[in-house]
Amino acid sequence: MKSTRVAMIVAVAVVLGVGASTAAGSTRSATNVTISVASLIPGSTQQAINQFNAQVAQFEKKNPTIKVKPTQYQWTAPTFAAKLAAGTLPTVFEVPFTDARTLGDHGQLANLTPYFEKLPYHKKYNKAVLAEGTDAKGQIIALPKGAYAQALHYNRALFQQAGLNPNKPPTTWAQIRTDARIITQKTGKPGYVEMAKNDNTAGWILTTLVYALGGRMETGTGTHAKATLDNKYTIQALNMLKTMRWTDNSMGSNFDLGWSDINQAFAAGGVGMYISGSDVYTNLVQAYNVDPSIYGVTTIPLANNKTAGVLGGGTLAAVRPNANKAELAAAMKWISFFYEQPLVSKGQAIRNAKTLVANKQPVGVPALPLFNRKQYELANSWIEPYINVPIGHMKPFLNGIFTQNLIPEPEASTQSVYAALNAVVEAVLTNKSTNVQQMLQQANAQAQAAIKQGS
Amino acid sequence: MTTVDQPREPALPSERGLSRSYPRPRRAPLNWVRGRGLAAFVFLLPLLFVFGAFSWYPIVRTAIMAFQHTNFVQAPTWAGFQNFAAVWHDPQFPIAVRNTIYFAFLALIFGYPIPLIAAVLMSQVRKRRGLYSVLAYLPVVIPPVVGVLLWKTFYDASSQGVFNTILHWVGLGPYPWLQSQQWAMPSLVLYSTWANAGATIIIYLAALIGVNPELYEAASVDGAGLLRKVWHVTLPQIRGVLLVTMILQIIGTAQVFLEPYLFTDGGPVHATLTVMLLIYDYAFGNSLGGDYGMATALSLMLAGFLAVFSLVYWRLTRSWSTA
Repeated sequence: MKSTRVAMIVAVAVVLGVGASTAAGSTRSATNVTISVASLIPGSTQQAINQFNAQVAQFEKKNPTIKVKPTQYQWTAPTFAAKLAAGTLPTVFEVPFTDARTLGDHGQLANLTPYFEKLPYHKKYNKAVLAEGTDAKGQIIALPKGAYAQALHYNRALFQQAGLNPNKPPTTWAQIRTDARIITQKTGKPGYVEMAKNDNTAGWILTTLVYALGGRMETGTGTHAKATLDNKYTIQALNMLKTMRWTDNSMGSNFDLGWSDINQAFAAGGVGMYISGSDVYTNLVQAYNVDPSIYGVTTIPLANNKTAGVLGGGTLAAVRPNANKAELAAAMKWISFFYEQPLVSKGQAIRNAKTLVANKQPVGVPALPLFNRKQYELANSWIEPYINVPIGHMKPFLNGIFTQNLIPEPEASTQSVYAALNAVVEAVLTNKSTNVQQMLQQANAQAQAAIKQGS
Repeated sequence: MTTVDQPREPALPSERGLSRSYPRPRRAPLNWVRGRGLAAFVFLLPLLFVFGAFSWYPIVRTAIMAFQHTNFVQAPTWAGFQNFAAVWHDPQFPIAVRNTIYFAFLALIFGYPIPLIAAVLMSQVRKRRGLYSVLAYLPVVIPPVVGVLLWKTFYDASSQGVFNTILHWVGLGPYPWLQSQQWAMPSLVLYSTWANAGATIIIYLAALIGVNPELYEAASVDGAGLLRKVWHVTLPQIRGVLLVTMILQIIGTAQVFLEPYLFTDGGPVHATLTVMLLIYDYAFGNSLGGDYGMATALSLMLAGFLAVFSLVYWRLTRSWSTA
């Protein structure tokens, strides 16, 4: 009986203890504020983590009342949606251009307008870029982190092994096809690889190809937009892939690669050419320690017509909608410090570059201007002594990108449009007898339904 | 001679079913406390809390959400049966149902007999039976994600892939495995059988130990070989366990998620899209927040179907179970 009583007391104490500790965990100092911020993607190298931590230390030194808790973060459609639903996103997180406006309209991002207007450089923003972070009410709900144009990344070593000149990358789609075939024949490695995973990257890259040929995936805006996935340029792009896959056999044998997978495969030397954002070199270094000598990047070849263009996109920094006033103010300070000031403040740009160089992280990765080209070139001139990326290998891209017609991603239901295209790309790459036209019609109907629903 | 009815103590478990049960006398609250009722209740509290918070509350919330539109930020609105109708009319719904049935069918054809055969063979082995049991159970203790990553290298569609290399030695392949609409689902079933057979083998081995050895001896005297012994002795003797493992396997395969999610993400071209993966896609497939109403509606539909199926299965197989 005695032992039962003792056990009872212990059980009650445990139950009460759980409650007490939960209550204690929710208390917070009134003067200090802690925010969690998106840091690096999982699997980043220790040097990359050190570099990030050094920037956190600099920020905390400048803002002694703010404690910053770095949280590993990688935006992918499913994980973002799960974290959004569960309320487990960090206080400051990143979203692609395609999503911010809709999330803002749904009340899922904090309103940053009052803090934005206090930024000394807020009038310098490129209006088109800023519009990506502005909701239907005109509120600023996210600030740009970076913008990219799609580019063709290639392995210079494989080019050389195949007897191709790495300083003269392909400038037409016909050349891409020929070079891919030669690389496969001479090296045994896939000459051209494409993201074809069912995580919307397949649709994203196909859209890039279609833009480059002159097509568009939709016309109009909002829920009144018309899906045009089954246009002649999409058919042309898919037929081109079909030929490279089944006739040339130059695309390898694995067709379920997503963004991280293809970066990993490229860094491991297993990919001749692939399409991704111009800023992907940062990930290739941070996550996969790519050998700089093999890396080359050029512009995507555009068809010779007026509508052909290069798909551009970007990333924005946003704040959780349930952040309190103190957290919101601290979050904006971090966004300004980490994302924006290196582009507008000479002192911060140099400090940032020095930290990156000290930790062997890339400085000078090709990106697009968030403000204007003049400001972009000025900021680049500040960090010129610290540039450590193989800038010579990037010249084909840097020399050509500002002459290309930059086209934003489909505006209405972007991710749903990409999702509808995933299956078509998968079908072309895994089934020789795919009826492209029929599949595109189905995809178009699916995308149109999503656009109508605004999902 | 007269008899006086005496209040009778409640029937012992062994007596139940043999004699009438009598109403239990009411106990005073003080007696309940003294009789350790309070202690039992206090010990029960953490369990009730854990079950309530992590099992019952989510089930109730799921049932409610199936009739709502919500994004977890704005206030939910009632949707009636709209979510159920949307699921029913979704072109991916019949694909997911068909694929799930296909997976369950393949798993039943290949995945169900293999552990039984392995268990029967292992029960015949006299030496190192423990070692074989450990080897059979090893895949179960390997974390599923690790197992899948391992098998992804096996399934590499290039000629350097593990399976393709082995098959090349005998002049076969290379095969596309996960990269083909025809091969993807059987590939998932193959992995699933490897990953899950160990647990079922252990259950069968335990059941086989319970079979009276005299029955095998009698069968031997009658001139029965191994196959006839298995057919006429083993299977009838463990049929109760067989029926339970079969319903557990059917319920498990109807809820298959891990394999298609980690291996193929439902592809290629929806060839491995299952009902559970569709639920996941409804909820989390769209980075703008997903449709939690449709996800919970389909969850309820699946749960309802499995409940009805289990009931019918139990009714149909009741008479076949061990008497």
